[in-house]
Amino acid sequence: MPLRRYLPVLAVAVVVVALQLVVSATGTVFYLTQLTMAAYYGLVVIGLCLLMGFAGQISLGQAGFFAIGGYTSAVLASADLGPVEGKPLLEVLQRLGAVVERQDLYGNTLNGFAPWLGLVAALVLTAAVALLIGIPVIRLRGHYLAMATLGFGLIIYRVVLGTGFLGAADGISDVPGFTVGALQISGALARRVQNYYAAWFIVIVGMILALNLIHSRVGRALRSIHGSEEAANAMGVNTARYKLGTFVLSALFAAVAGIFLTHYNGGIGPSEATGMKSVRYVAIVAVGGMDNLWGALIMGSLLNFLSLRGVFGSYDDAVFAGILIAIMLFAPSGLLAKTPRFARAKMAKTPRPEPKPRFRAKAKPPAGEGSP
Amino acid sequence: MTLSQFVQYFLSGITVGSIYAIVAIGFNIIYNTTGIINFAQGEFLVLGAMIAVSLAAVLPLPLAILLAVVITMLVGAAIDFAFIKWLGRPTVLRLVIITIGVSILIREAMLHIWDEKVRALPYFTGTEVSSVRLLGAYISPQVLWVLGVSAVVVVALSLFFRLTLTGRAMRACSDNRTAARLCGIPARGMVTLSFMLSAGIGALAGCVISPLTQTQYDMGASLAIKGFTVAILGGLGNSTAAVAAGLVLGLLEAFAISLLPLAYIDAVSIAVLLIVLFFRPSGLFGNRQASALKEF
Repeated sequence: MPLRRYLPVLAVAVVVVALQLVVSATGTVFYLTQLTMAAYYGLVVIGLCLLMGFAGQISLGQAGFFAIGGYTSAVLASADLGPVEGKPLLEVLQRLGAVVERQDLYGNTLNGFAPWLGLVAALVLTAAVALLIGIPVIRLRGHYLAMATLGFGLIIYRVVLGTGFLGAADGISDVPGFTVGALQISGALARRVQNYYAAWFIVIVGMILALNLIHSRVGRALRSIHGSEEAANAMGVNTARYKLGTFVLSALFAAVAGIFLTHYNGGIGPSEATGMKSVRYVAIVAVGGMDNLWGALIMGSLLNFLSLRGVFGSYDDAVFAGILIAIMLFAPSGLLAKTPRFARAKMAKTPRPEPKPRFRAKAKPPAGEGSP
Repeated sequence: MTLSQFVQYFLSGITVGSIYAIVAIGFNIIYNTTGIINFAQGEFLVLGAMIAVSLAAVLPLPLAILLAVVITMLVGAAIDFAFIKWLGRPTVLRLVIITIGVSILIREAMLHIWDEKVRALPYFTGTEVSSVRLLGAYISPQVLWVLGVSAVVVVALSLFFRLTLTGRAMRACSDNRTAARLCGIPARGMVTLSFMLSAGIGALAGCVISPLTQTQYDMGASLAIKGFTVAILGGLGNSTAAVAAGLVLGLLEAFAISLLPLAYIDAVSIAVLLIVLFFRPSGLFGNRQASALKEF
């Protein structure tokens, strides 16, 4: 039912436009800044929702991928090619249109890499890292999977914090905007409305991609993995490949968000790579209902908007931790979880049998959370 | 590398290594009775040290540390009561997320009760400048305290698990909870006890290292991940192997300092964690078949 699938997309587009009109009419255009940033964080959450809700794998390292994307793009976009002027490789890049002129703070003109080169490089690097980490990681389960992805995120954080050309504790600032024709992703006040629409356009494109994915053969395969990995394997689903693919895809979602948000903010710092950021993304997916992309997007942009507006004050992290615990204690399949109707009816009729005692007399946990 | 340099690195390695071992034993105690990895384990060390620092301002040092250990044990029991006890048969993912949330809550609570300042307990004997000469290397007497306390904790725990009725009951629960319950062992109480025990030894470890490493509200996460690395390296659930694995990781870190910039040292031990998880999840001393029966 493609119409039913895309109707919410239309609804979100309408809300996006309506919000812009309202804030412009009421003279509160400043809200658009946080709404734009919240949109990009929402993109990370959509990617993580695919991984957690559909493939049933947790990742506590999404902030690491976000940082890889953002930092790669920031380093390349703010590079000064002056010292390598006239080298053959540079001329090749110039022919390709990968070198652009820009003005620095003092009005001097210098040559740097074009933003699209940074985008491509960041995505390639993220995909490569995700593949490299993903091949061993997706074989792990439960505690081990959580710790391994958390460990990966911490390594990225430590590397960013300890590396001079990534700005160490200060991060990278004065990153030039991302210009495509008349459009520029940057923090310039005059471009606030334009950037707001650009961000939500990117999010909606990401959402449509994710929706099509989960309603395809791949999506059905992922659901079967979530239900029972052994059963999926027995049905001929190549579980390892699907899990790896989703892991890489969710990393790319995070990287795209990282790239554009870095250009929008004009910089990136190590705080974007902390474990707390990763936990926060997990919390939002949990609140949204693990297997509910729309829930994830709505809660993701709402909670991030509130957090960015400083509503939670110095209790910011505590609020997210509290939300996470409350959801896991009282509604482990998420607030807005979408349990299929037939499964609900079946659950209501047949009482769940007690799991048989195993050797260690503990029930074997299902492959993931939220399975009906 | 001269002999004295070697001794210096070696001693600093086994000092941090023995602390990692204690964190790992804390993980193991809870894992053995419940099958849970308590991600808030590192917070127990910081919490214990923070409470002791505050109490030491009004009480003599030994009493302050004792009280800090007791209070942290109560916090451990409270965590079990509030978040774990009534869940029934939760999935692993749910517990992972809950304990991560708890660790953040404790961290944020510490930030608001104390602040983000770096604190430290006074040196147990002597001051920060007093030193003991050993094979040409100079070490702080606090290092001897750390090694001594770690050794006492490890020996006392193994005696507790072998000789006392309560310790044996806890081991019975970790072997087979249903059978233990059939023998009349209150399995639920053992879980609370295991939370208290690992909170207590965590707090003690936090107090002993506080003079050397200082204490800050956000140190828990990195201690926890290193303790977890050690627990995995030794084989999850095996506390004797955790001591050996702790020393291995501590020495590795200490000697890595002579090769790599300090900022990357944490990355080294996490890389060890990833390598062990990927290639030998049963641990260096673990048995592959035995670990296949465990849940993770």
